[in-house]
This record gives sequence, C-alpha cells and structure tokens, in this order.
Amino acid sequence: MQAMDTQQTRALIARGKLKDTLFAALGIICLGIGLLVIFALVADMVIKGSERLNLDFFMNFASRRAAQAGILSAWVGSLLVMLVTAAAAVPLGVAAGLYLEEYARRNLITEIIEINITNLAAVPSIVYGLLALGIFVYTFGFGQSILSAGLTLALLILPIVIVATREAIRAIPAMIREGSMAVGATRWQTCRYHIVPYAMPGILTGVIIGMARAIGETAPIITIGALTFIAFLPPAPLTTMNDGATAGLFDWVMSPFTVMPIQIFNWTSRPDPAFEVNAAAAGFVLMAMVLTMNGVAIWLRYRLRKNIKW
Amino acid sequence: MQKENTPQLKAQAREFNFFYGPVQALKNINMPIYDKKVTALIGPSGCGKSTYLRSFNRMHDLYPGNRYEGEIRFYPDNTNLLSPEVDPIEVRMRVGMVFQKPNPFPKTIYENVAYGLRVRGEKNRRVLDDKVEQALKGAAIWDEVKDRLQDLAPNLSGGQQQRLCIARALATDPELLLFDEPTSALDPIATGAIEELVHELKQRVTILIVTHNMQQAARVSDYTAYMYLGEMIEFGKTDDIFIKPQDKRTEDYITGRMG
Repeated sequence: MQAMDTQQTRALIARGKLKDTLFAALGIICLGIGLLVIFALVADMVIKGSERLNLDFFMNFASRRAAQAGILSAWVGSLLVMLVTAAAAVPLGVAAGLYLEEYARRNLITEIIEINITNLAAVPSIVYGLLALGIFVYTFGFGQSILSAGLTLALLILPIVIVATREAIRAIPAMIREGSMAVGATRWQTCRYHIVPYAMPGILTGVIIGMARAIGETAPIITIGALTFIAFLPPAPLTTMNDGATAGLFDWVMSPFTVMPIQIFNWTSRPDPAFEVNAAAAGFVLMAMVLTMNGVAIWLRYRLRKNIKW
Repeated sequence: MQKENTPQLKAQAREFNFFYGPVQALKNINMPIYDKKVTALIGPSGCGKSTYLRSFNRMHDLYPGNRYEGEIRFYPDNTNLLSPEVDPIEVRMRVGMVFQKPNPFPKTIYENVAYGLRVRGEKNRRVLDDKVEQALKGAAIWDEVKDRLQDLAPNLSGGQQQRLCIARALATDPELLLFDEPTSALDPIATGAIEELVHELKQRVTILIVTHNMQQAARVSDYTAYMYLGEMIEFGKTDDIFIKPQDKRTEDYITGRMG
C-alpha cells in the first residue's frame, strides 16, 4: 500500500475534526437544556416569592393570613430533623461500610448483603414512611416526633452513606493498608489511624449529599404524621416551658414538628392564591439550603483532600 | 580456608510450600537465613521471590484463599512463623518490611516513624521523640528532616520517602528486615543511598532483600538465592553464586542468557 500524500492526510484529519465539533455542539445543547430548566425554575420562584423574602418570613409562624405567614417552625423543624438524621446515619453507615470493606470475609452472605444495600437505595421513600409509622411511631412509641422523622430519614440515606463509605475506603491504596499492618498493627488500629481518616472526605461528601436528599423528602414525613400547621417551636434545652417545667436536654426530640417541604405542600394546596407566593419563597429557601449543603460538601472535600495523597 | 566463622542461623525455611488458592506458587523451599547478614533473592519476574519474602511477615494472611505448608523456623526461640497458632501480628512485630514503592502514610514525618511505637501502646512523649530520632538517624535521613518533622511525609522526594519507610520499620527494633525491591521506583543516586544503608544496617539487623537487579544483589548481599518458577534453584555465598554457580539455570540467568 502506498503512503497517503499530505493532501489526503489533511482531508482525513479535517473530516475527523468536523465530527469533534459536531459532537461538542450537541453536548453543549444537551447541557444547556438541563441548566435552562433548573435556572427557569429557580428564577420563577425568586420572582414570585421575592416580595415575601424578608426577615419576617423567617421569624413568623404559619398563619391563616398569607401576608403574615412565615416558615419559622418549618426551617427549625428541618434543621432539627437533619441533626437527628446525621447523628443516626453517620455512625451506623460508616461502621457498616467499614465492616463490609475491612472485616467481612468475601462469601455468599456478604454478596447478598451488598446487593441488598444497593437495592435499598432504590426503595421508594414512602415505603420507609410506612415502615417508620409501624416501628418508630407505634412499636417504639416515639409518636409523631422529630425523633421519628430523623430516624426515618436516617434509614432512607443509610444506603447512600454506606456506599459512599465503601467507595472512599476502596480508593485507599492497598499499600497503605499493608504498610500499617506490616509494623504489627491490628485491623482496628489500621482502621482508626488510617482507613477512617483517609476516607473521611469521601464519607462526608456522601453524608451531605444524602442529607441534601433527605431535607427535601416529603412523603415519609407525611406518612409518620408531621403536622401541617404548627405555631410553636420545640422546647430548647434548659428553658422554661409553657407549663412552668424546665425542658431537659433532649426534650425537643419528642416534640411535634413540621418541615420545609410539608409547609410548601400545605401552602400550594390552599385555594387562596396569595399563599402561592409564600410557597414560591419557601421553595427558594429550601433550594438555597440544599445548594448550601452541596457547596459545603465540595469545600470540605477540597479542604480535607489537600493533605491526603499517596 | 574460611575468612569467617559459620554464622548463626536467624531463620530457616523447611519444606515450605505456598498456595494462592489452588495454584502452588512456591515448591519445597529449604533455605537458611543467617543472623546479621544480607541475603538476596534473585530470579526472573514471577519466580515467587516476592511471594516468598511476604511469607516471612505473614502478609499473605491479609487476603483470603492463601495457604502455607511446611515451616519457617525463627531463631533463637525456634518459633514457626507460619504456624496457625502464631498470630501474624506477633510475627509482624518482630519482622519489619520495606515495600517496592515507598508507601509513607499521608501524615507527618514524625507520625510515620512513631506509628509502630504507637501501635505498641507507647505514649511517653520523650520515649517517642528519642526513638523517632534514633530511627531516622539509623535510616540516614535525620539530617535532611530534623528541622521539619511536622511536614507531611508524601512531600518528600522518592528516595527520602523510602528511607523514611526504612526508619518506620527500624523504629520498633525488628529482628529481621524484609526489603521487597526497595529501589525499583528510585533513581540511581537514591538507589545508591539505599544500598549503602542496607550495608550499614546489617550491623544490627538481619536483612532479606528481593531484587531484580543482579548488580545490586552482588553489591549488597552476603548470601544469594536464585529462584525460578517457584523453586529454590541455588543458594550460597554471593561470591560463589556469581563467580561459579553450580546450576546451569543460575548461570544462564546471571550471565544474561535468560530472564
């Protein structure tokens, strides 16, 4: 075969590059569609809700009159529920992931457990709500409380935390583990001094992404019976309650509550169109909360990874 | 006439077989390791020299499906390192290891060296400081790092990282030190420094070193074993192995006709 002359070579390259350009253009269009939709949604909420986005909105309880209604009980409720969720899901998820990666022998049982964990992430959230209604609300008697809601959402994000933990652990090179074991460390010492600290950026990212999902969940919270209209805050630790008694450190976990998505749902389902403005404003606040959490995740990952390299 | 007395035994492999699952990787190995000497393991890739080395600190126990047969006797207490009754952690407390690629932990220089002591429960700051300094001096890296012990170890150069890993292994006073191709990731100057270090270290510790570099084996070792396809073909004083090998296969390998 004869070698191609320069002309032919250039024509070939030009044809190849044309396809490059075409695909890049297609990619930008696809990306643009996705971004445009999100941007339109946020812009719509901001424009609709802008008149209500002021300090009063954050400091007022729900009200029958749209102009005076606020999201105080909702954002406090969301925050507290997230606190319980994190406190339950992080230790459970990290311990489970650590066990599966570092301790469990590879056999049929661990295979089945692994497949199930992956499947758990796909279970519809309403099913978790039903489960929690039976177990936390009635069997354990936690009632329609922040504790029930937090534990429910913890179950919901547990698979996410476990999977994130395992992936973070798997990213640690075997030679680091071997280096630790070679000086006579036990598995636990290796986990404590090396595996967990080095996996922490990945674990935290997974936790926060899970929490960002949980904070927007509505179905399971409605199922366990969160209130839709609530005009008081859970008792802060060590303050005097209405009946004159002093609140204990953890009395707030048993308090009735509402959360942001329920407040929004409540407002959108009212006939008075004035509440739509409130819903848009609250939707924007919820969106901002989720974006902030994701931002924190990115920042934390960057910060913590800076000092970890091999 | 012999220049030196017959040295003392530090360890001895006896009818040692090793299996990765159903695959036999090492076949009937019998070999002495002499006290305070450097023994080199040479042979072509895949001959089992690293597998053999990693048996001395039971590294294979970290992964499922591996099986030892026979014994590696460890002296003076005549412990069988491979016995199921002997805890691999106990073995690793007595046998240190330096890996092929420098693997410092992403922690400070100080913490890397102190780690072995922390694992053993040492909390006294003064003891830790002292042992860290001794180990870093022993690994000939003290002068380079003494002013920046709190710097992160992965920021050191490759050769420094490897000497730090040697310091990490030395800090706990091992009786036997395993080197798994310690210079294969290093440049010639860093390699020279490590080789010199190996030469000094044999005053205080027995050394077993895997190398794919025959000149290195000739330079640093007192004894050499040639392995091929999982078998120990020939073992002897390094001078004898390199000058007048008994086995044809050893001769072929050393003269570069094979491997």
